[in-house]
Amino acid sequence: MFKKKHVISMQDLTREDVEFILDRAERMMPYAKSGVRLLQNRILALLFFEPSTRTQLSFDSAMKRLGGSTLNLTSEESSVLKGETLADTIKVVEEYADAIVLRHPREGAARMASEISRIPIINGGDGAGHHPTQTLLDLYTIKKESHLDNLDIALLGDLKYGRTAHSLVYALDMFGANIALVAPEGLQMPKHIIDSLNSVRLAEDVDDVIRDVDVLYVTRIQKERFPDQNEYLRVAKSYRLTLSVLDEVRENLIIMHPLPRVDEIAPEVDGTKYARYFKQAFYGIPVRMALLAILMNNAI
Amino acid sequence: MTLKKNKEELRVRSIKNGSVIDHITAGNALNVLKILDIIGTTKAIVSVAMNVTSKRLPYGRKDIVKIEDRELIPAEVDKIALIAPQATINIIRDYEVVQKKSVVLPNVITHVVRCPNLNCISNSAEPVFSKFKVLDSLALRCSYCETIIDTDIAAYLI
Repeated sequence: MFKKKHVISMQDLTREDVEFILDRAERMMPYAKSGVRLLQNRILALLFFEPSTRTQLSFDSAMKRLGGSTLNLTSEESSVLKGETLADTIKVVEEYADAIVLRHPREGAARMASEISRIPIINGGDGAGHHPTQTLLDLYTIKKESHLDNLDIALLGDLKYGRTAHSLVYALDMFGANIALVAPEGLQMPKHIIDSLNSVRLAEDVDDVIRDVDVLYVTRIQKERFPDQNEYLRVAKSYRLTLSVLDEVRENLIIMHPLPRVDEIAPEVDGTKYARYFKQAFYGIPVRMALLAILMNNAI
Repeated sequence: MTLKKNKEELRVRSIKNGSVIDHITAGNALNVLKILDIIGTTKAIVSVAMNVTSKRLPYGRKDIVKIEDRELIPAEVDKIALIAPQATINIIRDYEVVQKKSVVLPNVITHVVRCPNLNCISNSAEPVFSKFKVLDSLALRCSYCETIIDTDIAAYLI
């Protein structure tokens, strides 16, 4: 049974909690396109103080598939522009809705909201902090398209700033995964996270690890992290995943990416049997449906 | 020898009533005052001794703070453990030590240290105080953004 009121960070969840959510996501799969009336007359508020097309659309779709409806507030709305605090916004919106998904540019915003709010808060991303529903849909994708037990996985890209990578390795470690971290110099995962992992190895070149993994998880290398644009172009090029990199990989390798991608994965990889990133985006629906149903209607 | 001993006694002699914070890590006496919210306009009689010889503390030096007519309560003194984990507090009444205790780190500290992450919600205009979980290693983890402070905690005192 899932007893948490809010979903703010993967660190708040036990392995049992995660397994419970993934199990319920599996039950939602048949309804992810056809819909099911589990949350009729319930309202989900989507408070997005910074843009995030994918997360917002996915939660909107998930709530509507459950028979509920959504309220949308963005940072262009008048109360925010007038300087209303997030705390006040939460106190007002909790009177209008049954749960809130919050995306905010400041780290810790969702945690603060959860301390104030009577209704469930789901963290839809807080600055460079957490994005737990992304991690849950990543885990669901791995479970569906590969396997969570005895997993060999490599994460590739900007592992220093990428919040999806931090939450994901923490969760994978709970399942005993062997994790390889492949990052350009200066963009490797923070030491305190590496030190907390049970089975980890570091590499600078994807060729060193790609033949030994079941999952290759590619993340974006952000241009703004590099003071020198030439250096960015050099690194971005060397981390680009092309068909030639995929020689001699495991037969059942899957490639994931949280999207949006820029140049990290060449389009010709999309057509290979390894690509799973669009399916991964779809899995956001059953996972978010499961989470909404769990938090708003424990009867499932 | 006798003369030297007398001088030491003069420097650290007992007060009539109040609190003596002893064994403060050398160099941190002023930070202790900051934690206790003792500022320049305080009315209390406060004595500060810095770099006093100590057999117990590293480098053989310690700081001492004496506050007259104020008995510190545990919630106040435990914060001191952040920067002076070996500090001891003596409560003095009529020149007698009536209570002697070591500082104990609380599990959570609120509104004592500011988060180094400028983008943390606790550094915004929101009505929220900074809050840190105290980790075993004497490091602090922000309860909001999870930034860890593991060196120079004194630099982040509010």
